[in-house]
Amino acid sequence: MDLLRFITAGSVDDGKSTLIGRLLFDTKNILADQMEAIEKASKTRNAGEIDLALLTDGLRSEREQGITIDVAYKYFQTPKRKFISIDAPGHIQYTRNMVTGASNADLAIILVDARQGVVEQTRRHSLIASMLGIPHVVVAINKMDLVEYSEDRFLEIAKTYQELAQKLKIKDLKIIPVSALNGDNIVDPSANMPWYKGDTLVSVLENVNVLNDLNLTDGRFPVQYVIRPQTPELHDYRGYAGRIRSGTFRKGDRITVLPSEVSSTIARVEIAGQEVEEASAPQSATLILDDDVDISRGDLIVASEAAQPVVSQDLETLICWMDDRKELKVGSKFTLQHGTSRTRCSVRSIDYRIDINSYEQLEDIDTLKLNDVARVVLRTANPIAYDPYAKNRTNGAAILIDETSNVTVGACMIE
Amino acid sequence: MSLTKEEIQPAKSIERLDYLDQLEAEAIYIMREVAGQFERPALLFSGGKDSITLVRLAQKAFAPAKIPFTLVHVDTGHNFEEAIRYRDELVEKIGAKLVVRYVEDTIKAKGLQEPTGKNASRNWLQTYTLLDTIEEFEFDACIGGARRDEEKARAKERIFSFRDEFGQWDPKRQRPELWNLFNGRIHKGENVRVFPISNWTELDVWSYIKRENIDLPSIYFAHERECILRDGRLLNNTPVIQPDENDQIVTRRVRFRTVGDMTCTAAVESDAATLDEVVAEITISRISERGETRIDDQQTEAAMEDRKKGGYF
Ligand SMILES: Nc1nc2c(ncn2[C@@H]2O[C@H](COP(=O)(O)OP(=O)(O)O)[C@@H](O)[C@H]2O)c(=O)[nH]1
Ligand SMILES: [Mg+2]
Repeated sequence: MDLLRFITAGSVDDGKSTLIGRLLFDTKNILADQMEAIEKASKTRNAGEIDLALLTDGLRSEREQGITIDVAYKYFQTPKRKFISIDAPGHIQYTRNMVTGASNADLAIILVDARQGVVEQTRRHSLIASMLGIPHVVVAINKMDLVEYSEDRFLEIAKTYQELAQKLKIKDLKIIPVSALNGDNIVDPSANMPWYKGDTLVSVLENVNVLNDLNLTDGRFPVQYVIRPQTPELHDYRGYAGRIRSGTFRKGDRITVLPSEVSSTIARVEIAGQEVEEASAPQSATLILDDDVDISRGDLIVASEAAQPVVSQDLETLICWMDDRKELKVGSKFTLQHGTSRTRCSVRSIDYRIDINSYEQLEDIDTLKLNDVARVVLRTANPIAYDPYAKNRTNGAAILIDETSNVTVGACMIE
Repeated sequence: MSLTKEEIQPAKSIERLDYLDQLEAEAIYIMREVAGQFERPALLFSGGKDSITLVRLAQKAFAPAKIPFTLVHVDTGHNFEEAIRYRDELVEKIGAKLVVRYVEDTIKAKGLQEPTGKNASRNWLQTYTLLDTIEEFEFDACIGGARRDEEKARAKERIFSFRDEFGQWDPKRQRPELWNLFNGRIHKGENVRVFPISNWTELDVWSYIKRENIDLPSIYFAHERECILRDGRLLNNTPVIQPDENDQIVTRRVRFRTVGDMTCTAAVESDAATLDEVVAEITISRISERGETRIDDQQTEAAMEDRKKGGYF
């Protein structure tokens, strides 16, 4: 059994929390005492029915305002798969939280209220999903019960969305009419919508193929830590610990260390101290090399046979700005964290921003404010070895860290 | 000491990488980030199954070397004997450094009021001892065994969870945590709580313990025990809990699902005496871990959120 991470996105009140609650409930993942607790809480706040959204809205301010503020993680399983659901807030001021949730997701569920159709938030969330390279997108057209389960309404919204998806180059798209509140097309096919012949939401989640999303060709291994036991029996042991980001590493493979370009051969591959023939993404492994080369945390070990990353100090990036206290300007300096390496960088230029609703490139700003997305050119103090984000999601991503507050202020996707 | 033969499981190829392998790979990665990013990391060790799992993951992350973390135990003085014995044996076996600090000492030194009354517990006072210990040893990172599925406030917490110089968690100002890029940069006096098994459920932990053949303290398995029956819950009968007229003393066959402070950890009636039986029982169980056995979270809907803001782990 494997693991699928998915994010739910949509405007406030589209029904994200209700949908997650429904998924947990219908797949029998709500435990008796949790049920009792939300029944109790439902009664104290709004009279009557139990509110499945209370399962995910965990912080007091969230329950008080009835909205989701921060990313909430929920766990459930069906006989086929384990799921990590990431409930991201819908409101525009929390765009950065959605980016956070989306960065690790295999799949995005974008909710649309059937009464409203595709709205500004739908466009924004779809852009984020596509920009962050989430491989699979499911659009759940929710609250079908409030539009009399109308097929025409569904088709109308689906058509609008398909046009949008084309612009965003969303590869794997499914559109499903649902009612999160009543459970239509969540686990079981809806009796109210016999015209819909596609898969239910859970069936899509269970069957989407994520193995193909892994890049198993370009060997990339960022060194996290050097293991040196320094005991008499293991006096000369020197193992490079890391998690394989893409590709496979085998005993006997030639490797190149970047940015130094030193090369060597893999003498042993170990997992948890035990020798193995090979290890692949996303495993954590330890590599022992034939030669005594100078390697430390921050270096990238690359399979010599594979396509090589770009080594450069000039980075063209798409940045989502996440700080509400400071703005990004030309000349601003940050620490850039890419893989396990950190280097200082400064902003060379801000080429254009992307209007997250119309997707237009606008050259109308010279600073980035909270939640802005823009093309920014960075110059780093030391070279970094990257792959374009579109080709390699793990070796094309970086974060910007503010040098005084130490806060993560930007998400960068290197082009 | 490094892992023994029985403790090492055969590695799997990509087609067969199942969810436990994925969770393990992630946890090992997080452990290594801690070792790579911090000067003085600690691993908070309670003797419970989650922290025992953390130790095993740390061993795997750094094999064949010893784990590069100091184990820290904040002892409420209300611990199960079995858990303490287990702790000492484990530390001996893996050759780790252990620091134990006592809530009792904090109470005396700070002149704190010992909570009294029926469900009195020192659990909350642990926070002071923990914060003092962090300050004493200048720990910049503390690895903990919390899981997001345990409780609603935890479900919102980052894997690298930033704490200010007062140890406080601010849920509204959490650092964005993107991809697998953990930002552990801090100023002196601040620290980061790190949760490598954030994405594990209780059942995942048990399944992993079973798969890895991890030895656990005996109180996790069914045994006869004299208990205090209070409001339908079974508490260990010890001098640190004062029974009142509504309580009953009973002998039952029980096991514990968590082994925290005895004053706020309840037992469940069970016949599950082996790992297989425990896993089977949990798989079909309809009550979550905290709801069944933790008395401290029941008191208000936001109990955990408040404690975390104050520096609790
Ligand atoms: N009629 C109807 N109401 C729904 C449906 N899904 C959600 N709702 C209601 O819409 C409101 C907002 O839901 P919530 O899950 O909190 O939305 P979120 O802000 O996206 O998390 C609540 O009153 C829900 O009961 C649905 O399928 N049909
Ligand atoms: Mg919500």
